[in-house]
Amino acid sequence: MQPVWLPRHGLQHLINVLRDRGHRVVGPQVADGAVVYRDLADASLLPTGWLDHQDGGVYRLHHDPRAGTFDHVVGPHSLKNYLFPARETIEAWSRTPDGWQQTTPTYEPEQLAVIGIRGCDLAALAIQDRVFMGGESIDVRYKARREKLFVVAVNCRRAAATCFCHSMGCGPAAGPGFDIALTEVGDRFAIEAATEAGEAVLADITGRVSLVPLTPDEVASVRHVPETLRETMQARVAEEGKPRPRSLDTEKIRELLFENLTHPRWAEVADRCLSCANCTLVCPTCFCSSVGEVTDLTGDEVSRERQWASCFTLEHSQMHGANARPSTASRYRQWLTHKLAGWIDQFGTSGCTGCGRCITWCPVGIDITEEVAAIRESPASSPPLSPS
Amino acid sequence: MRPRLAVYKFASCDGCQLQVIDVLGRARPHLGELAELLDIEHFLEARSRIGAGPYDVGLVEGSVSTPHDIERIKEIRQQCRFLVTIGACATAGGIQALRNWGQIDDFLSAVYATPAYIDTLATSDPVAAHVKVDFELRGCPIDPGQLASVISAFCVGRKPRLPGYSVCVECKERGTVCVAVAKGIPCLGPVTQAGCGGICPAHDRECFGCYGPDRQEPNLVSLTGFYERHGANRDSLGRLVQSFNAWAPEFRTEHDRLSGDAP
Ligand code: SF4
Ligand code: SF4
Ligand code: SF4
Ligand code: SF4
Repeated sequence: MQPVWLPRHGLQHLINVLRDRGHRVVGPQVADGAVVYRDLADASLLPTGWLDHQDGGVYRLHHDPRAGTFDHVVGPHSLKNYLFPARETIEAWSRTPDGWQQTTPTYEPEQLAVIGIRGCDLAALAIQDRVFMGGESIDVRYKARREKLFVVAVNCRRAAATCFCHSMGCGPAAGPGFDIALTEVGDRFAIEAATEAGEAVLADITGRVSLVPLTPDEVASVRHVPETLRETMQARVAEEGKPRPRSLDTEKIRELLFENLTHPRWAEVADRCLSCANCTLVCPTCFCSSVGEVTDLTGDEVSRERQWASCFTLEHSQMHGANARPSTASRYRQWLTHKLAGWIDQFGTSGCTGCGRCITWCPVGIDITEEVAAIRESPASSPPLSPS
Repeated sequence: MRPRLAVYKFASCDGCQLQVIDVLGRARPHLGELAELLDIEHFLEARSRIGAGPYDVGLVEGSVSTPHDIERIKEIRQQCRFLVTIGACATAGGIQALRNWGQIDDFLSAVYATPAYIDTLATSDPVAAHVKVDFELRGCPIDPGQLASVISAFCVGRKPRLPGYSVCVECKERGTVCVAVAKGIPCLGPVTQAGCGGICPAHDRECFGCYGPDRQEPNLVSLTGFYERHGANRDSLGRLVQSFNAWAPEFRTEHDRLSGDAP
């Protein structure tokens, strides 16, 4: 469908239409010092005028009257918080006089619509889709939620210093995977639909506010918005006193990392790493979980609970009698080599989209791009280990 | 026969015993009633009737701080088949372990009119410094859900299911915006054992380390170094690691390093 102009006050109609169509609407809002995802009924709660400045271990919001509604970038939350929740009961059983009875409630996922998804997070969504429902084993709950998801994407026109989607080929343009995409221009939004559901939503909005089609020239200039940002990101250079603009050289990165499993940098980063797991939990592609049985005191009620897990915890690699990754160095290496190298063998893409969350939300600002650069700068002379 | 329970108090504020009463006295959601699983034989704070020992499981609150305490804990150890210490005082010496950095005679003469009447140790010690402890349940105070999990695991004969990760994991689970990253508030969460559910950061405060140092090589030097480079003052960082679990080895070492007292 031809893109159309949605005036700024039309955002409220977008929210209303989604709600009227039965969606729970979630969108970015300022809370607790960050732009987070929350339930959204009122467009005035969108973070218009807020900019986020991000660096290793640092996130600060600043109000800027010139800033638009979506000039902030990604915050601590992502779609993962909704599609792959931190805790979930998978099964429940009760002991009865007639033996064990399954009491797992039938699962009815909600019809979720999320506003403000960026290119990097659309790429992350595709990666998690691949992990949870792309192979032989399908996560039925993820799939049920995913099929009901409605995505309102946003084309970025500003990046934080921690953003490096341009290096990973994941942004800043919103790639495939959205139902509707918005591009903010002045006081209005170019809005386009990519799916039938998206077109139906646009048709419903048309009944409430007039949507003027873009002229061909306007279409071209709107398409240029994220492209301009991409060029800017590629040309960014470090400036004294400012956060270093991130980028990642992915040239033969799989070989680089697997050939440097004994590089001294792993021990060096382990001196700084806290093994706190923040990086993995904010990462929109990390998918590890642990499953455990929980009982009541009598043992008559049993449930099987799934919980986010992280390769940074000791228990993640604990096996009977031994731990496979007892040191922080081995755990950090596991994370980085899986994300950027092993993932390619396993799923055919990198596990990193360049969203920068792991850099910002690391309490000591450990930076995935800096770690790779350090290894690239001085590849180890020691003989390579096999990646097994 | 149902397991027989004893609860003891040493130098402490009684907060953990109140958590025990809370767990025993009312049904926990999704858990049921703990008091139906055990016989409470010795629990002076909760009932006057005392059943004779020995007991199957003993819960000890409080730190060991007098010569008499040492005798008493040895006696209790003999009475209890399975000994569990509960709370920061019993597992790490508690807030009162701040005295371990001072001179006991100075405190005595400052506080008591006749110091000669006072018979005390120079330090406030964790119980495990004096007797073998079978299980340490941390927290200031302990978490009722974790206590119920430990007791029910004991009754059934399996391992309790307790978190083996940092408080940060609990923040991320509940979707809390990190106060360290978004507000620059020095927070102990990344080096602290989970257990509370990440309460303080969810209320805009730093983690104070109530559950003690994370069990997996807590890297305090890196964390306080980052906070210091981002404007935190060294004295206040020293005080941050010197609270309820001040005498826990990792926090103690970091305090001494920050204050220049390190050997
Ligand atoms: S990484 Fe790219 S797509 Fe993601 S928020 Fe930053 S600029 Fe936008
Ligand atoms: S590894 Fe870091 S930058 Fe890459 S997707 Fe995960 S959080 Fe984003
Ligand atoms: S890299 Fe940072 S966020 Fe990740 S475990 Fe280490 S200290 Fe924590
Ligand atoms: S607020 Fe503290 S405990 Fe929570 S994630 Fe941040 S550093 Fe960790």
